[in-house]
Amino acid sequence: MEIFVIVISSMLVSNVVLSQFLGICPFLGVSKKVDTSLGMGVAVTFVITIACLITFPIYYFILEPNGLEYLDTISFILIIAALVQFIEMVLKKFIPALHASLGVYLPLITTNCAVLGVAINNKNDYAGLAFGTGYLYSIVRGFFTAVGFLIAIVILASIREKIEHNDIPESFKGTPIVLVTSSLMAIAFCGFAGLV
Amino acid sequence: MNVCVERLKNGIITENPTFVMMLGMCPTLAVTSSAINGLGMGLTTTVVLTLSNVFISLLRKVIPDKVRIPAYIVVVASFVTMVQLLLKAYLPFLDSALGVYIPLIVVNCIILGRAEAYAGKNPVVPSLFDGLGMGLGFTFGLTCIGICREILGAGAIFNVQFIPEDFHITFFVLAPGAFLVLACLTAVQNKLKMPSATNVEGASTCSGVCAGCAGSACAANKGLKEAERVAKKAEEAKKRAEAAAKAKAAKEAKAAEAAKNAAAGADKKEG
Repeated sequence: MEIFVIVISSMLVSNVVLSQFLGICPFLGVSKKVDTSLGMGVAVTFVITIACLITFPIYYFILEPNGLEYLDTISFILIIAALVQFIEMVLKKFIPALHASLGVYLPLITTNCAVLGVAINNKNDYAGLAFGTGYLYSIVRGFFTAVGFLIAIVILASIREKIEHNDIPESFKGTPIVLVTSSLMAIAFCGFAGLV
Repeated sequence: MNVCVERLKNGIITENPTFVMMLGMCPTLAVTSSAINGLGMGLTTTVVLTLSNVFISLLRKVIPDKVRIPAYIVVVASFVTMVQLLLKAYLPFLDSALGVYIPLIVVNCIILGRAEAYAGKNPVVPSLFDGLGMGLGFTFGLTCIGICREILGAGAIFNVQFIPEDFHITFFVLAPGAFLVLACLTAVQNKLKMPSATNVEGASTCSGVCAGCAGSACAANKGLKEAERVAKKAEEAKKRAEAAAKAKAAKEAKAAEAAKNAAAGADKKEG
């Protein structure tokens, strides 16, 4: 039951982009076409899940027992940067097809604040629990937060493809109309607030 | 000394990170629900930006070119950790208000952008003022947006309430309000044709890779905008010159004709 609550709240209620404002750069920048936004979303899902898999044990078994909690930001950002490089190399060597479709997006994700944000939130909320439970919760939260990102960016891209041909007031063309669209999407996602 | 003043002005006005370059959008949207939060976030970023600019500028001859981005990230992350610990100790209310957005200063594109674009190539003192100027510009932007949202949403400025509760539009302090305020801001910039990264035709879009960007897409767009304006001005001047030339020619022709007529009239008279 707890896990179900985490799934709903991380994916819909506190959506990573629309209510936490993490990962705004790719959300606004790579959402012109549905295909590219889908690629970006899948790549983000991949990286966030693996980042959660790795950062939580490192915090739990290395930083916390040695009284090094204050090194969390430095170590997490370095782990994420190294991880992205490593994933790219592994994909290139073993799964070239996947690398061809995700490869371009991977380097962009290193500095996506959603990845670091989820890792830090997991550490803040779940480091007090027993390792097994905390680990499970943090992976579930990581994966579904990323799915929330995927949902948001694909919806925005679909809307942008439609409004391309609409008659928009001159001064709202470009970024302003995208921001208005995301504002309306955020209102829609506020509707999930009563779910949990 | 001139360089320093120029750097300050550049950061606060010419290349204001919030209004002109459109960098660091995550904190801009997330923490501006009240003016005091915006100010706190801006000042925190200013401290980190100034210190990291100085440090990176000191190390610019030591850091090998190939690993400069990871090196910059480590420097920035260290300063962020220090500032975070100081805030926890001395300003705990700000620490709890800004929450996860303080560690996320590490991935703020403004800081890596300035390191890459300025501090990595320039001496210490100008880098210091560059960081200070950019930071103050960012603080100014965040505080302005924070004030707008707080007045509309909570009827107050810096927690001093002056509009009764019945007239608050709570929408503006919630998440959707942030997007809407920013949308209106960029629309106004478009309308007034102010220099901004958002209102350029055929602009190269931001790819979301903030670390490698150094605001280059925005800078390129700004250049495009400038070029457009210069071209427009030149065209206008040309048109004006042409019109003037035409008018002159017409006048001359008229004068000539009048002279001719007069001459003809005179001829007739004589005849």
